[in-house]
Amino acid sequence: MSILLKGGRVIDPVSNIDKVMDILVEGGVIAEAGDLSKYYKSKDIEIYDASGKAVTPGLIDIHAHLREPGFEYKEDIASGTRAAAAGGFTTVFCMPNTNPVNDNRAVTEYILKQAAESGACRVIPIGAITKGSLGALLTEMGDMSEAGCPAFSDDGKPVASSEVMRRALEYAKTFGLTIISHCEDPALSAGGVMNEGAVSTRLGLKGIPSAAEDVMVARDIELAKLTGGRLHLAHVSTAGSVGHVRRAKAAGVSVTAETCPHYFTLTDEAVSAYNTNFKVNPPLRTAADMEAVISGLADGTLDVIATDHAPHAASEKAVEFDLAPFGISGFETALALSLRLVETGRLSLKEVIEKLTVNPAKALGMAVPSLAPGARADVTVIDLGLVRTFDPADMLSKGKNTAYAGMTLTGWPVAVMCGGAWTFKA
Amino acid sequence: MPLKQKDLLGIEGLDRSDIEHIIATADSLKEVSTRDIKKVPALRGKTIVNLFYEPSTRTRTSFELAGKRLSADVINMSVSTSSVVKGETLLDTVMNIEAMNSDIIIIRHSMSGAPSLIAKELKSSVINAGDGAHEHPTQALLDLYTIKERLGRTDGLKVAIVGDIAHSRVARSNILCLNKMGVEVRVCGPATLIPAGIEEMGVEVYYRPEEALKDVDAIMMLRIQMERQGSGLFPGVREYSRLFGLNEARVRLAKEGAIIMHPGPINRGVEISPAVADGPYSVILDQVTNGVAVRMAVLYLLSEGRA
Repeated sequence: MSILLKGGRVIDPVSNIDKVMDILVEGGVIAEAGDLSKYYKSKDIEIYDASGKAVTPGLIDIHAHLREPGFEYKEDIASGTRAAAAGGFTTVFCMPNTNPVNDNRAVTEYILKQAAESGACRVIPIGAITKGSLGALLTEMGDMSEAGCPAFSDDGKPVASSEVMRRALEYAKTFGLTIISHCEDPALSAGGVMNEGAVSTRLGLKGIPSAAEDVMVARDIELAKLTGGRLHLAHVSTAGSVGHVRRAKAAGVSVTAETCPHYFTLTDEAVSAYNTNFKVNPPLRTAADMEAVISGLADGTLDVIATDHAPHAASEKAVEFDLAPFGISGFETALALSLRLVETGRLSLKEVIEKLTVNPAKALGMAVPSLAPGARADVTVIDLGLVRTFDPADMLSKGKNTAYAGMTLTGWPVAVMCGGAWTFKA
Repeated sequence: MPLKQKDLLGIEGLDRSDIEHIIATADSLKEVSTRDIKKVPALRGKTIVNLFYEPSTRTRTSFELAGKRLSADVINMSVSTSSVVKGETLLDTVMNIEAMNSDIIIIRHSMSGAPSLIAKELKSSVINAGDGAHEHPTQALLDLYTIKERLGRTDGLKVAIVGDIAHSRVARSNILCLNKMGVEVRVCGPATLIPAGIEEMGVEVYYRPEEALKDVDAIMMLRIQMERQGSGLFPGVREYSRLFGLNEARVRLAKEGAIIMHPGPINRGVEISPAVADGPYSVILDQVTNGVAVRMAVLYLLSEGRA
């Protein structure tokens, strides 16, 4: 059945549209846009009243952990994609640190099969750069790209060897693929559980210095320059990294970068009571880093907002801080947290939507999403005025490890459509 | 008057009046340990569990004696940290202990924050007997008691803490405690053993003892962990001892009558020379004696008036 989204404020960054209009969805694509009052009385069209709400292309998350195969007790593709849909996402790129690691075509195909059967959004697997993500031998990137991996990352682990990273960028270039780097010097970060600084010193926790990220960002930028390979930097968290990326872009290096809501929302002070829900890698940094990340988003240095959705079982987080796994369950709060940047005047609404739709698609070489006729009908309806206090009990993700329990936020997704079919309605 | 808090997790949660109250209580309880019959019935029928995930002789014995001198039933449990990683979680372990109706759980753990993790879940009072590199509040309290006993006051004093500040919970608790009591605190060690941002805790950082020890009223030497040799943090014991060890010449830099402290166990000839450790200004054994009184005070004040 066709669906008419009636009277919403349509924000379509790629066509530079921001105005109230109707959108007709038919056969999984956007059929018509504009004043479609002629269809209001039609009996075979479902009318969705979007008046007073924003209608945007479906959100795209290029950094998530769906945990399947191997860690289904934390999350599986069914639960993860439902949580993603509830967060406004219609496409999710899932990281390869599953068990087995997504380092060969068979695992890629398994993920895609599970997603086709039970997914509530589009799932695009990211392949591992090295076999087992052990940092030594390159995976069969060509074969895996044919199976559906557009980008490669050893996320969760850095590629420690500069030589391996160099060859990865070169080899990926053969197929026009992107290398996503988790920037962390493992020797500098070894044993660390939070940002190194006054707070880690007060708490007696081993710190991870910001230099552990900065030196790898600098290295990978140099290697991108050397090889001409396509580099995307995952979860940028430090002022130093933002500076490196800004200079690299000015110098014309082919690099894009993302950050995550926690890096522009929280600082290391949040760890003060040893609450393991604030344990994440890279760690929450200082107020100065947070400010640099926001400035980087504002001036375009940071292209993408990604969630780094990292669900864990409650029992895994209910342990000593040193023993708890890193990660925040982030699908269901990412949009509302991003909209705070609009509220505080740091980014325009269009910019935030771009960083959640157009820019992530461009970074990983996916078709640019749009609401123009002919485009795939991936649509997110946002109630920009909806005020909600976030309660972990309401989460659809199996991982209730949110860092935002009890936080009151404004602006939430209320309806989501993927390929012309509803995947979420509040 | 009992302490207002259920637990003693660190000096951070105490204000100056709490600290003075504990010290005054310790002062009145100290005499019990000098009696022929070293026992009062204050905590009769209370169950105290000493839960030690790290080896410790002094602190565990001190808490055990403190509990017994107050007539509590004291149980000692030593658990190796490796069994925690592999088996039962910390929370499961303490929930089981509490199911046997414990009143106070005293925990020593190699990981910072472990006491606050269990305190949130338990009805029993929790006393932090040292967690990772975070806090060791009863050590700071007994150090403060010793300083007051020897020097008669705290306001305006200068104290230097010398050694591995980065890994020391004793340093952190003492910094917090001494600051609350009006003491000027200096820390001193090679830069690799001074943690990032320590100045924000309210200390002055010195790299050379020749400067740090000038005109101080008390010197606290920290134990250098032999296993940190070869970790890349300092080249070795020889140079450490020569440049940072406390000898008689360095003691003379301090104020006349300055006291020498050490939380123990000492490495003779490494961070402190035998002549200094056994010398007239050393209060190292007074610290141990006072430890029992301070721990009796803490046990008493956390139990009193609680169901």
